[in-house]
Amino acid sequence: MGAVWFWIVAAMLAAYVVLDGFDIGIGILYPFLARNEDDRSVMMRSIGPVWDGNEVWLLAGGGTLFFAFPLLYASAFSGFYLPLMIVLWLLIGRGASIELRSHIDNGVWRSFFNGVFFLSSALLAIFFGAALANVIRGVPIGPDNYFFLPLWTNWRVGPQPGILDWYTVVGGLVALMALAVHGGLYLALKATGDLCERARRFSQQAWIALCVITLVSLLATILVRPETLDHYKLHPVSFAIPVLVVLSLAGMKIFTVRRQELNAFLSSCLYLAIMLVGAAVGLYPTLLPSSTNAAKDITVAEALSGSYATHVGLIWWSFGILLAIGYFCVSYWMFRGKVSPQADGYGH
Amino acid sequence: MTALLMHRLQFAFTITYHYLFPQLTMGLALLIVVLKTVALVKHDERYNQASRFWAKIFAINFLLGVVTGIPMEFQFGTNWSEFSRRTGGIIGQPLAMEGVFSFFLESTFLGLFLFGEKRLSRWAHWGAAFMVFVGSWISGFFIIVTDAWMQHPVAYRLLPDGRFELTSFWGLLLNPWAWLQYAHNMCGAVITAAFVMSAVGAFYLLDKRDSEFGRLFLRVGVIAGLLSCVVQIFPTGDLQGRYTAKHQPAAIAGMEGLFHGERGAPIVLMGQPDIERQRIDNPLVVNKVLSFLIYGTTSAEVKGLDQFPQDQWPTMLPLLFYSYHIMAGLGTYFALLMIVAAFLLWRGKLYRARWILWPILLSFPLPYIANTAGWMTAEIGRQPWLVYGLLRTASGYSTHVSAGNSLFTLLGFLGMYSVLSILWIVLVYRFIQMGPESAEGHSRPDGIAA
Repeated sequence: MGAVWFWIVAAMLAAYVVLDGFDIGIGILYPFLARNEDDRSVMMRSIGPVWDGNEVWLLAGGGTLFFAFPLLYASAFSGFYLPLMIVLWLLIGRGASIELRSHIDNGVWRSFFNGVFFLSSALLAIFFGAALANVIRGVPIGPDNYFFLPLWTNWRVGPQPGILDWYTVVGGLVALMALAVHGGLYLALKATGDLCERARRFSQQAWIALCVITLVSLLATILVRPETLDHYKLHPVSFAIPVLVVLSLAGMKIFTVRRQELNAFLSSCLYLAIMLVGAAVGLYPTLLPSSTNAAKDITVAEALSGSYATHVGLIWWSFGILLAIGYFCVSYWMFRGKVSPQADGYGH
Repeated sequence: MTALLMHRLQFAFTITYHYLFPQLTMGLALLIVVLKTVALVKHDERYNQASRFWAKIFAINFLLGVVTGIPMEFQFGTNWSEFSRRTGGIIGQPLAMEGVFSFFLESTFLGLFLFGEKRLSRWAHWGAAFMVFVGSWISGFFIIVTDAWMQHPVAYRLLPDGRFELTSFWGLLLNPWAWLQYAHNMCGAVITAAFVMSAVGAFYLLDKRDSEFGRLFLRVGVIAGLLSCVVQIFPTGDLQGRYTAKHQPAAIAGMEGLFHGERGAPIVLMGQPDIERQRIDNPLVVNKVLSFLIYGTTSAEVKGLDQFPQDQWPTMLPLLFYSYHIMAGLGTYFALLMIVAAFLLWRGKLYRARWILWPILLSFPLPYIANTAGWMTAEIGRQPWLVYGLLRTASGYSTHVSAGNSLFTLLGFLGMYSVLSILWIVLVYRFIQMGPESAEGHSRPDGIAA
């Protein structure tokens, strides 16, 4: 049952990264690819009807984490107190900027929210990447299962690290590049004309940087946490993961050159998902490793809710998630195709 | 300035601010369904226009509800980690269900409702509005189930390490406390929406503009207001009061300011609780009414605070007393105002009766105050417990997060929400100022809540 819930939570968070990832990516590219108000409007409307639903995966994933692994939720959320609060403020600012910028037709008003949209999107990508890197690197879990991490200490990976050290900054940069490319490929799929061309060109250039930083992050992970390799050696089949990473990266490049935008975007989805699966395989059955004493690792078995609750939960969760997938299909089908350069307003 | 106080202040502030938005959107979702239904049944395009106008106000409020709601789900873990560790196996259940069953539904159908009127048939668009309503009311239900378990824990087993384990899924969802509280709370949400809608109607009539829509809003608002205000007092408020008296007698004694238990207890309409002297200063009382309200007979005995050890008294007793009295006093005023307004509507005089349009206009902030005061009554009444009778508030917070760190984030929230408040007021005022007709097609929104 522990393994089932581990992979459920991992899958929900992966769904979050893949889906909200492209609208965060749009935010990162926003000041670079849009030349005028029409471009900005197309970029916004390409994510308008779906971004909020994408973000729900974070909430539903977080709620499911709380339900399935209360100890992990309690320990990690209080330990990562400051960065989580900053993430909250970024999510608030970002949501507000997407929704409010178009309400008043005034240059200053719009410029302000354009800036908030870009900054909050870019910083969110970095923080999410750093957060994942923190989980891989481990934190100084105390005897009572709790810890508290400052934002930074000496930027080194040691037994008493900060949220930000050189390794987690690399994680942040991977996320920033990956989501920028992800957003670019999505935009190439949704936009027309010049904007579409710029998005394609950007994706191809940034792709090289993404390949480099991906390699750096893999090597850094083996250096910082050699135990990950052991988990892989235990199940040789998991070496398919790095192969898939390479294939998905190749797919992003090849399909973009061939102008198969949908396939290029799907390759990018696969890249993000498989990177996360790779991290999860490296962790399991640990949920949060301790940087001081491996005996204090928070594990699946230790953190799992009662057996009755998790069994009942599996029934309603399966039912609910099928419904949710159904809604998403309806929604993405309704708003399929290119975004027209002319705004058609809403509602009527 | 202890860490416990900082954590409490932050949670109290963020949840109070957050609930300003869902109380309107949950009520408004129902009223928008009513407007769309009338439009369909009567083939009356004005009702569709009205629903489009309210959809814009709904969307802004929904967005603010979403962005201020995300911190709520985080703060169980960030600020109340020990509470989360112990109770997560139980309250994690409804919180996760809210995400899976409600948020996906709401966000998808809100997108279809706001963006899809051209692409959908009339019936399908009505369906989208209806699903938004269902989603937001399901969301409210799961939150109430969570709170109700803290108020009145059921279906649990206490493990040796202090954790609570769920023993019955249906026991949790069918907690009687949850259903009483849910009815009372959702009724309160409809009151907020009805008062806001009536106030905008009254504003247009007093301002002698958009009078057709002014009358429409007043008509729908006053009818919804009358029904919800009456049901809010009886049966939902009445039942919840009795149930509280049964299971949280100390909370009731604090709410009513009853320091000394007695047969034929009086009800205190006004006064100031004086804890040192254990009495109500300047009391305005009606004899025997409290006994009658709770037990249906004027001679029944009601327990006073003196029958409980002082460490089980609600902390912040005066605030509890005032919250409850503000809620109950305003609730009575709402019912009277709506009865008069509904009578005038029935006689066909409402639209010209400026003497009643003015109070209708000015009363729109009051349901926000009453709903907030009602929640404060419930949550302060629960103190000093997080889980009533089982887990104290002082044992639930994140001991590793220092007072300084939580003050830092509390100040951050204060700043952030101040900016949101200004934006919110500017935009909602602008929509009302533009009016239901000129607002059509003016803005060129990009987002879901555009």
